Amino acid sequence: MKLIFDKSVPGRQAVRPTCSDIDTPVELAPHLLRDRPAELPELSELDVVRHFTALSRQNFGVDSGFYPLGSCTMKYNPKIADKVARLPGFADLHPLLPQLPGGAGLVRGALAVLHKCDLLLREICGMAEFTLQPLAGAHGELTGVMMMAAYHRDRGNDKRTVLIPDSGHGTNPASAAIAGFAIKTIPSDQNGLMSMDALAEAVDDNVAGVMLTCPNTLGLFNPHIHDICRMIHDVDGLMYCDGANLNAMLGRCRPGDLGFDIVHVNLHKTFATPHGGGGPGAGPVGVVERLVDYLPISVVRMRDDGSYTLDYDRPKSVGYTAPFYGSFGVITRAVAYMLMLGRDGLKAVADHATLNANYIRCKLRDHYDLPHDRICKHECVFSASRQAANGVRAMDIAKALIDRGIHPPTVYFPLTVKEAMMVEPTETESKETLDTFIDTMIELAQLAETDPQAFAAMPATTPVCRLDEVRAARTPDLASLSDHA
Amino acid sequence: MPFIPHTDADRAEMLAAIGVDSIDALFADIPPELRCGELNVAPGQSEQEVFARMQQLASRNATDLTLFLGGGFYDHYVPAAVDAVITRSEFYTAYTPYQPEASQGTLQTIYEYQSALCRLTDMEVANASLYDGGTALYEAVMMALRITGRNRVIVDEGVSPIYRTMLRSYTTNLGIELNEIPTSRGRADREQIHEVLGDNTAAVVLANPNFFGCLDDLTELGEAIHEHGALMIVSTYPIALGLVKTPGAMGADIVTGEGQSLGLPLSFGGPYLGFMTSLTKHVRKMPGRICGRTVDAKGREGFVLTLQAREQHIRREKATSNICTNQNLCALTALVYLSLLGKQGLVQLAQVCADKAHYAYERLIAIRNVRMRFPGRWFFNEFVLELPSPAKVVISHLLERGIAAGFPLSRYYDGMDNCLLLAVTETRTKEQIDRLASAVEASL
Amino acid sequence: MNIPDDLNYTEQHEWVRFADGVATVGISDFAQDAFGDLVFVDLPPLDKEFVRGDEVIAMESTKAAASVYAPVSGKVVEVNERLVDDPGLVNSDCYGEGWMFKLAAPDPAGLDDLMDAAGYEAFLTGLEED
Repeated sequence: MKLIFDKSVPGRQAVRPTCSDIDTPVELAPHLLRDRPAELPELSELDVVRHFTALSRQNFGVDSGFYPLGSCTMKYNPKIADKVARLPGFADLHPLLPQLPGGAGLVRGALAVLHKCDLLLREICGMAEFTLQPLAGAHGELTGVMMMAAYHRDRGNDKRTVLIPDSGHGTNPASAAIAGFAIKTIPSDQNGLMSMDALAEAVDDNVAGVMLTCPNTLGLFNPHIHDICRMIHDVDGLMYCDGANLNAMLGRCRPGDLGFDIVHVNLHKTFATPHGGGGPGAGPVGVVERLVDYLPISVVRMRDDGSYTLDYDRPKSVGYTAPFYGSFGVITRAVAYMLMLGRDGLKAVADHATLNANYIRCKLRDHYDLPHDRICKHECVFSASRQAANGVRAMDIAKALIDRGIHPPTVYFPLTVKEAMMVEPTETESKETLDTFIDTMIELAQLAETDPQAFAAMPATTPVCRLDEVRAARTPDLASLSDHA
Repeated sequence: MPFIPHTDADRAEMLAAIGVDSIDALFADIPPELRCGELNVAPGQSEQEVFARMQQLASRNATDLTLFLGGGFYDHYVPAAVDAVITRSEFYTAYTPYQPEASQGTLQTIYEYQSALCRLTDMEVANASLYDGGTALYEAVMMALRITGRNRVIVDEGVSPIYRTMLRSYTTNLGIELNEIPTSRGRADREQIHEVLGDNTAAVVLANPNFFGCLDDLTELGEAIHEHGALMIVSTYPIALGLVKTPGAMGADIVTGEGQSLGLPLSFGGPYLGFMTSLTKHVRKMPGRICGRTVDAKGREGFVLTLQAREQHIRREKATSNICTNQNLCALTALVYLSLLGKQGLVQLAQVCADKAHYAYERLIAIRNVRMRFPGRWFFNEFVLELPSPAKVVISHLLERGIAAGFPLSRYYDGMDNCLLLAVTETRTKEQIDRLASAVEASL
Repeated sequence: MNIPDDLNYTEQHEWVRFADGVATVGISDFAQDAFGDLVFVDLPPLDKEFVRGDEVIAMESTKAAASVYAPVSGKVVEVNERLVDDPGLVNSDCYGEGWMFKLAAPDPAGLDDLMDAAGYEAFLTGLEED
């Protein structure tokens, strides 16, 4: 579709800002002014709305259809949560108000929401306290490893290495590296779990900690977790839990009880806030008691009289990692969701997410390779190796699913499985939806045998077919600049 | 259970297909001693109950104040069409466009967002956005370190103190020398910066308008920075760019800023939008998602995420950043907002903000013993007053009258106890400004 | 798989040709095939000194990033500027127009950890069996 800039007609304008009620316009010094207006589109309001409506129809969201994108927990996003976040009492609240004299009293409701979120997450994760500042999962990881660094600095430990299994999310090593750590990758064993032998070999006094996804990216719970934690704690290392897969643990087990010291939670995954096409999210981080002093500035505290205050006096803290109190609009949505679920609802999430994943696993295991065929948690990872031998790769199956109205699973991740297809159905999908997906996947497995060439033309139902990514990267066209540029 | 569709019959059939007799059996791999008991969380509530409860909490927040509070976060009017567009669930409930054929809507809007930000800042490339203005500035500094291979960064104290504290937090462990230079009469101190600029300087970080609202022309300073092979990073306020000289025109290498003012609610600090634009020659050192235009197998134009070899999912510990996604819905919001205002609208809006701010300034400095802290400096819509008494006291008095009169600079700057930072946007009326002036006068 | 007889090879899949005190370096046919379409090659500055095993080049395909290491120690005397605009030359002609950089380096005598064509072929066979 034409770019919005190319639809522009000089002289058109959608929204007119309020007229100034000041009689004398100010004239700023010419040397401080831009020489011509930015070449933004000139369109009517209807033009603008139609442009974006048309673009939205070239998209696929959870509300459009089944979205089993592994590791992303694409569950239904309850509409009530949005209605709550849009309440003017939340949406119009200026973040600097608490820094004014007596300011905490101006934002009592907002501080109560933050405190409630902290309390709920503590109980769900078995942690002593949470910071709500991190603005996404990866940002939570960074905040977590910064606390790890602060802990070791404080104790005079000279520890430079973080251990990460090869099945971990790419954000884990990236986060640890930008916090100043060296990374050592631990291979997986034949069961898809971090190799205990390789771990034992890698653990020494230089190890600052381990970053582990639990359950791991294959959807498998690591039964040795307690031993791993003991091994790391013995060298005064810290256990970091990548909580991307918390959906499978709700009400069943808690990272704190498993022995983890730090955990980040993706509110946009486990607690159903909309993904927004790739953000905004929120990645609160919980820690055990001995790390509470390192949490970022500020934290919400409840006074004895039940009122709330923000604590800025935290000498051991890692400092400010976000401008204010986190992705407040996302936090508000997550709190509304947690209140609606309650104790039983939270457990039901883990139960049904796991039930759905295992149902798919068992129904498709005869049709696709399943490198680790045993009880999984909220997701299962198939391999398209069998189909690839016939020339149909995981990406081809993904494209065929698009034509059939289903968003593809995550493909080619984790890196430890060849031709990986990572399926995470989530608890909000009905058996009928799963059956349709299963039937479609079986049909595609058969097609891969009978007519493998057919996949090359897929997807055929979308506005574009397969795009030339090599051209995009070799001759980058990253912006439409104005003619004056 | 809310949002879970399973009936008893569904569960029974599914368990039979799996070959287990209960859901509990699916958790048998968790050693019994590691399982948790019942969570100490209240039972679930209905939608109506939860809404009532949250509404009650919302009502305990002071959102009926007349705001003259800015500090980088502004109370601008958001046209109704913005929300109508961004709440379309095809945008709202999608994820990162991993499958480009099914995500052309998201991808084209990212490309258009990148284009709009380049046009606004007069730069050549943009990324798909970062978390907020502060993390964007930190990422810009890291990018400059990668580009230059140097490890010293000079930061003008006119840059938001909130962002500077974040920058300090993030660089604690990295052996980077941060050199913060106090401003001189409300603007970047040329003399001091020239003195410390050296061949090991990776970047000089500046802001325009700066935290005090002052405007500056950084062109010559930029030339001096470049003579030392360092980069000029400029943090900016996008609404001001409706009128004021762009960072691109001043020779900036990397431009960042907070995009909240582009149609996002204040929302008590987030979610916000960090934007970053730069020059083509630096693009492979840029952090974050980037969308590019290409063609499909049939020659049709389309969009993909590109230059991904910079990113964490490929490069892991060698990535340019750990950021995984972008603030996509916030970037879409900014794009829709800029499209609705359009070329002329943004200029008009910036002018209205400047007009009202200057009217407020005239009214306030007419008060006895109230003066401009940085006389002779031009400002856009925010300025610093020096009061005859502590700013905090005046703010307290005015809060009692329902006015948030501004921000007390003593919180972040020494020797500025009596200094009040005031912002005025198009949402303030002449009458409200008059009321502010009377209230300030009465409080002194 | 094309493995010219007149070149030496490393376990990181670089090839190297020695002539007149200059070592010309590129990546093998196996490497370019496994890596996929190159989209970007970050060439080293002239005159920079490298020790054997140092990363000299960072290269990118659409799906991967990788490094090319110095097979011998030496100073960069020439780089293949054509790769800046046309990194696909590495895919289309990895031993010819797709060469990457030249180091001023002495005769290969004594560098016995470099493989000859037969040795490299056996090495690749070993990889496949793993």
